[in-house]
Amino acid sequence: MYTFSSRLKIASIILMVVGALGIGVGFMSAPGTIEEAKAMVASHNDGHGDTHTDETEHVVSEGHGEEAQDESHDAAHDEHVLHQLQNKPWAALYVAAFFFFMIALGALAFYAVQRASQAGWAPLLFRVMEGITAYLVPGGIIVFVILVLSVMHMNHLFVWMDADVVAHDKLLQGKAGFLNPTFFLVRAAIFLGGWIFYREISRRLSIKQDESDDNSNFKKNFKWSAGFLVFYLISESMMSWDWIMSVDPHWFSTLFGWYVFASMFVSGITVIAMVTIYLKSKDYLPEVNDSHIHDLAKFMFGISIFWTYLWFSQFMLIWYSNIPEEVTYFVTRIEDFKLPFFGMVVMNFVLPFLLLMNSDYKRINWFVIMSGIIILAGHYMDVFNMIMPSTVGDQWSIGIPEIGAILFFAGLFIFWVFRALTKVPLQPKRNPFIEESRHFHY
Amino acid sequence: MASKVLHAYYNDDDVLMHAVKKVKDAKHHIEEVYCPFPVHGLDKAMGLAPTRIAITSFMYGCLGLIVAIVMMNYIMIQDWPQDIGGKPSFSYIENMPAFVPIMFELTVFFAAHLMVITFYLRSRLWPFKKAENPDVRTTDDHFVMELAIHDNEKELKNLLMDTGAVEINVSEK
Repeated sequence: MYTFSSRLKIASIILMVVGALGIGVGFMSAPGTIEEAKAMVASHNDGHGDTHTDETEHVVSEGHGEEAQDESHDAAHDEHVLHQLQNKPWAALYVAAFFFFMIALGALAFYAVQRASQAGWAPLLFRVMEGITAYLVPGGIIVFVILVLSVMHMNHLFVWMDADVVAHDKLLQGKAGFLNPTFFLVRAAIFLGGWIFYREISRRLSIKQDESDDNSNFKKNFKWSAGFLVFYLISESMMSWDWIMSVDPHWFSTLFGWYVFASMFVSGITVIAMVTIYLKSKDYLPEVNDSHIHDLAKFMFGISIFWTYLWFSQFMLIWYSNIPEEVTYFVTRIEDFKLPFFGMVVMNFVLPFLLLMNSDYKRINWFVIMSGIIILAGHYMDVFNMIMPSTVGDQWSIGIPEIGAILFFAGLFIFWVFRALTKVPLQPKRNPFIEESRHFHY
Repeated sequence: MASKVLHAYYNDDDVLMHAVKKVKDAKHHIEEVYCPFPVHGLDKAMGLAPTRIAITSFMYGCLGLIVAIVMMNYIMIQDWPQDIGGKPSFSYIENMPAFVPIMFELTVFFAAHLMVITFYLRSRLWPFKKAENPDVRTTDDHFVMELAIHDNEKELKNLLMDTGAVEINVSEK
């Protein structure tokens, strides 16, 4: 049985406290009036103040600047900057909340794939994966609460939730049958409910299998997992339209669901590898050998390249066809987010590709950890680049609210995951493939 | 001088693996093992040096990438400048996204094909080459371990019989 070491527990609580303070500072320092917003922009306006031509602005300014006079447009613009700055702490919170939630969801998908394919190498790692997916419950609830608060107009993350904006926007009126606050929350509840339901069922069957004297629980788990994967692939795709793509409701990409999936899958696998290596370094999981780490690192390598494939496919088609309504997505990102946008490609593709290419390096535990940190930071930036341009625009920065939110959710994630790991023995006893997993050798 | 070699036949890959480990433990040099299919972990058990084919593959991949860049730059930018998707910028870097699929494909193409050719050359395989395996059964259901004899025929035979060999032949080579 694993015991949650007090040092790690204290570290996670400190992370949560410091993070909560950072989030609080972010909300406190958000401007309340247009004058405050102007003063904030003026005080640190170094060169990126005059490129206010991103599309999100038009969504808002179309709603407010109907007279099309310079003065009213200026006023609309100021109000827009105010909204962006007010959005900032919310967006920071949302990006970090979604990022850590997505790690748990990616790990759950990986777990279900191992179950459904009846993989022989993986059973020794099932308890680790189940520990990580335990975060689905608190993480999912927090994301859901943020979405509910958005619907209640506590923030302007989703412009299409503003009835005033929709009233002046033909495109949004056309989408309103799908993209309306009620249906949005109903969908979110169905997705989260389905994922958490599968996680709990599979966990229960997995523990029951240890005590039973036949393989019926194992077989049931296989069926649930196969069914879950079907549900997941559809719901995950729709979730990515709802929770991420709709922050920019005019723009759409047909492979967006896959793109988000690749990001969450590789983050989930990376965290599985990192938690496994941590537990191994503390002399738990004695039977997990370098070949298991090697396999996880192979997945980290492979899915990183898969992510790049989707990233580039999305980019190249839009770049090539150059249709104004599509290309705005990349114009905004390349104009205002050059460093995070291209830095993310380096962190998610170039570095993992070169670091994890050599077969021997995939077996060196600290090397996998270092590559994993790069991959996780890169995929945080990926979510950042998906949310920020449409919510915060060129007012983005990585400061106290952003880092505070990361620390808070990192602390919560560590606390919840490692607490879940203490509940049951770390090694399944009666999985029919446990012998194969024990002798797994590459 | 023609040396004498001993051929031990096995009909199961697990038995063969154990036999190879036992023979290595007894400090005998195994000349070669002929198998009808690749046996996982046999190279390690025989004590063969790790393969360097992956390194050549990386180099061939880099070569393919360079060939693609040089080729596309010559064809599409210098020799006959082309307007790509309404982007007549006539610069390689600004049209680069259009060339990425070609860069990727040629990297893979060079790495894969040259790696196979290298493997054939290194293994001294070419068309119409006469087979080197001592017995046709090694292409069907038998494994053959080949050991050189240095005045220890009896000792070797006893050892190999113990490891589960189904047949042992001595032949000139």
